[in-house]
Amino acid sequence: MSKPKVPSSSGDVSIPFDHQQSAHCESGVISNLMRFHGLKVSEPLAFGIGSGLFYSHMPFLKLNGIPVTSYRILPGLIFKRFSKNMGVEMKRMKFRDQDKAMAELDRVLDQGLPVGMLTSVFYLPYLPQAFRFHFNAHNIVVFGRKGDEYLVSDPVMEGTTTIHRRALMRARFAKGTPDTNGRMYYPIVVPTGADLKTAVAKGLKRTARDMSNVPIPMFGVKGMPYLAKKLRHYETKLGERRAKLFLGNIIRMQEEIGTGGAGFRFMFAAFLQEAAGLLGKPELKKYAMEMTRIGDQWREFAFEAGRVCKGRAEASTTYGTLADRLEEIGRGEKAIFKELAKLPL
Amino acid sequence: MKKEEVPQDDANMLEGKFKVVKYALNENGEYVKVPSVGWEPENVALGQAWDVINERVEQARQDVLAGKASPLAFHMEKNMMDEALLAKHMDLPARKVKRHLEPKEFAALDAATLQRYAETLLTTVEDLKRVPDAPSRPISSDKT
Repeated sequence: MSKPKVPSSSGDVSIPFDHQQSAHCESGVISNLMRFHGLKVSEPLAFGIGSGLFYSHMPFLKLNGIPVTSYRILPGLIFKRFSKNMGVEMKRMKFRDQDKAMAELDRVLDQGLPVGMLTSVFYLPYLPQAFRFHFNAHNIVVFGRKGDEYLVSDPVMEGTTTIHRRALMRARFAKGTPDTNGRMYYPIVVPTGADLKTAVAKGLKRTARDMSNVPIPMFGVKGMPYLAKKLRHYETKLGERRAKLFLGNIIRMQEEIGTGGAGFRFMFAAFLQEAAGLLGKPELKKYAMEMTRIGDQWREFAFEAGRVCKGRAEASTTYGTLADRLEEIGRGEKAIFKELAKLPL
Repeated sequence: MKKEEVPQDDANMLEGKFKVVKYALNENGEYVKVPSVGWEPENVALGQAWDVINERVEQARQDVLAGKASPLAFHMEKNMMDEALLAKHMDLPARKVKRHLEPKEFAALDAATLQRYAETLLTTVEDLKRVPDAPSRPISSDKT
């Protein structure tokens, strides 16, 4: 572990934190935090080792009256699985009292340790307004303090930024799905000789297994034909306006900046590529290319869906043809994850 | 997706604050991070979500102007909240918040409660008691 300098007693703290931009907040925070503690893992590796890729369409779970579609596992799980697979020990805390939550943050910062935390995107004034919904599972790292301003590494941003203490308190104590409860975390044990190969193999296997084996049709590779079946009847069942809203949400999928269905597929493909080198399994490169092809199909799906939402689609594109595309994607994912689950690693 | 295929569809959703990164293949077939200013379907979906919000906010504004609801209704919608979420933030029962959405009940609120509402809804007490003269649509699907 690198030993950062203990800050002066002036009250200001600036921990030398190497911020790197990522496509997704949770995998980005893992990668950035681990690098600080001397463990180099790229974002795709963090995502893969944490078995972040998933798929679910839950018609009974609605946000603002629209069913939830997700292309990843639940927020927080990537971190949990990554830590378990890598032998990383995290200190995790949640609070009732806002002042105590800030005092604890200050205390850890004073020790020279950057702190990860859960925030609500709605209350982060530095983010562009278009993205600021009540999405309460955004991860950021706070790595210092200057007067009333905290230094922030938000992984989706190009550079670091600052946030006022009051704003940060709001973001840390947002209510909703879920309440953020001032949750914060930081690594206390980061093994120096972590067994990266085993961790990569474990993470990969788990994704392949979970994608292909969940017996409920809403989850994994069964989720795509499941949604396709519903999508086919959206317009007749919901009417044009609501059908478009439901469809738009499949694109937006309660995610934050810069990811999405295709985004996670490409990140997983990048993981497979890195895994091929790490494990000395060149055949994984073939799967990386196959995953890329599937990612491209997700992109085309979203593109066509976007046109339908906007009423700009060709006459030949309908909810039916979109459903066909989704079924095809489902077949592709089923095939690749079945094979990956069987692959000796 | 190849590097040069990374979409660059700018609908000003990022306000020029930064670019996001996407994973795409470089000329050697290796994955690299590539900056993007946006992507049409994401812009469309975002714009669409904002249209719904704008509509609700404007409806609330009209209701307030027509005397059918208290200004709290407008500020609640502007913060993308419903009674339940606002109640949670205020640590009040939802039925109480619902009552405060009525002009009469709102007019009778004490200063401390008004102050708490204002803080929760990111505004001032003065502004909490009124609604803007014109509709505001900070983001919409117009440019997507």
